[in-house]
Amino acid sequence: MRGCALSYEFDFSFLNDYMPELWHGIWLTLGMTIVSIVPGFALGTSCAIGRLYGPPWVQRIVTIYVEGIRNTPLIIQVFWLFFGLAVLQVRVGPFPAAVIALVINVGAYTAEIMRAGFLSIPKGQLEAAACLALKPSQSLWSVQIPQAVERVYPALVSQFVLMMLATSIMSQISAEELTGVAYMIQSFTFRGFEVYLVIAVIYFVMACLLRLTLLGVAQVSFPRRRRLGTPL
Amino acid sequence: MNIAATTPRATEIQSMTRSDTPLVRFHGVRKSFGELEVLKGIDLEVASGEVVALIGRSGSGKSTALRCVNGLERINAGELTVCGRALHGGKVDLRDLRQDVGIVFQSYNLFPHLTVEQNVTLAPRKVHKIGAAEARDLAEQVLAQVGLSEKAKNYPEQLSGGQQQRVAIARSLAMRPKLILFDEVTSALDPELTGEVLRVIAKLAAEGMTMMLVTHEMAFARSVADQVVFMHQGRIWESGKGDMLDDPQTPELRQFVGNGL
Ligand SMILES: Nc1ncnc2c1ncn2[C@@H]1O[C@H](COP(=O)(O)OP(=O)(O)OP(=O)(O)O)[C@@H](O)[C@H]1O
Ligand SMILES: [Mg+2]
Repeated sequence: MRGCALSYEFDFSFLNDYMPELWHGIWLTLGMTIVSIVPGFALGTSCAIGRLYGPPWVQRIVTIYVEGIRNTPLIIQVFWLFFGLAVLQVRVGPFPAAVIALVINVGAYTAEIMRAGFLSIPKGQLEAAACLALKPSQSLWSVQIPQAVERVYPALVSQFVLMMLATSIMSQISAEELTGVAYMIQSFTFRGFEVYLVIAVIYFVMACLLRLTLLGVAQVSFPRRRRLGTPL
Repeated sequence: MNIAATTPRATEIQSMTRSDTPLVRFHGVRKSFGELEVLKGIDLEVASGEVVALIGRSGSGKSTALRCVNGLERINAGELTVCGRALHGGKVDLRDLRQDVGIVFQSYNLFPHLTVEQNVTLAPRKVHKIGAAEARDLAEQVLAQVGLSEKAKNYPEQLSGGQQQRVAIARSLAMRPKLILFDEVTSALDPELTGEVLRVIAKLAAEGMTMMLVTHEMAFARSVADQVVFMHQGRIWESGKGDMLDDPQTPELRQFVGNGL
């Protein structure tokens, strides 16, 4: 009964043959994710503040940016940026281009999450800060941002994990991250099923690690949570 | 003679407390929210060191009057002078004003992500730019004033309502205000906790802090306030010493006191 589909023989030998390429893909995926998180968060938070408290023209620009990004596919944004920069004669490598695209993309989603966070802070908190003679900027830094981040932290973590998974399209602009490497391996070995099974497991593990890391960051950043075990 | 024995410093202090410019002066103050006129010409003076209790039915404009004093609401007509600053017409530097005028809210409004000590020292550190060591001393001092020295490292949610309100008072005190406003600060508390907060306020009053407080605690108003102000429909209906509550001149106050007791 050989040759029947049921007796398909798994072949994972590519794991041996292509180990360096796999590691390279993993590092690139992790690298572009980690590099994008802090600037993406900063951009999103700034936009949320601009949309909530900025002058009307800032609010309008931020709204156009946020809605433009949230309603178009990431891959189109990536192409647009990559080829657009080329048209402008700006030469950037695939990795920086990917990072810029990710920051712009995750910034828009973060802006909406943080806006919800700011809006969920009771009005009395802002009033108390103002009545203590704090400047609006001091109130933002010391009262509003810490509380907003704490309130929406789980949503932020999900968004950054999603962003990491979304890097899987970046081989389209020849940033050879994990999915790009997988495609290359299967095109040489014709072991697509095994390759993508392994890749899925790797993504899964990376996503869990990223989640754990970000929760660790929360333990350090929110002393109250550490002290009281307040659930996020 | 007495005068001969008085040191120059003491004379100075006496003349300061006796000075006739009041800390707060309402003169024909009006305030509307849209069509609704909430304050219909308020005249009121609060001298330095004085305790003024605002009483009256819900919706009579007590909170609005109080909130005008630190610029949370802007008056529409009349004159309002607070700690030497005119709050009518022209630009008002609210941050400057609020360094002199503290406020304590019914809902405490402590910062939940900060410890008691951090709550108390945030504004002095940011606004008065005091250092870490000085901040620690300041926290110790004001927390002792409200009897919560041992709670410095706790978070607000670990405290009872009464303790949270005392922290809010300490937070106000830490800015060294000339005047503190209290808006129904015990209304969210059960009687036992109300007592501990009122005792702190009474102690501050005895120490000479100038205060305006909106309260439903008639016994407290009678015993602690130098001036009781009964507001009704946006006007000061009756005002006087605490004992005016024993002998109301208007049917409105009589009814209000009757209901309250
Ligand atoms: N921001 C606002 N916008 C519109 N109306 C307001 C606002 N604040 C207060 N009011 C109205 O002004 C009137 C007086 O309100 P205020 O809060 O001063 O009353 P109060 O005497 O403090 O009452 P209470 O004892 O219930 O606190 C009420 O009718 C209230 O609905
Ligand atoms: Mg009120």
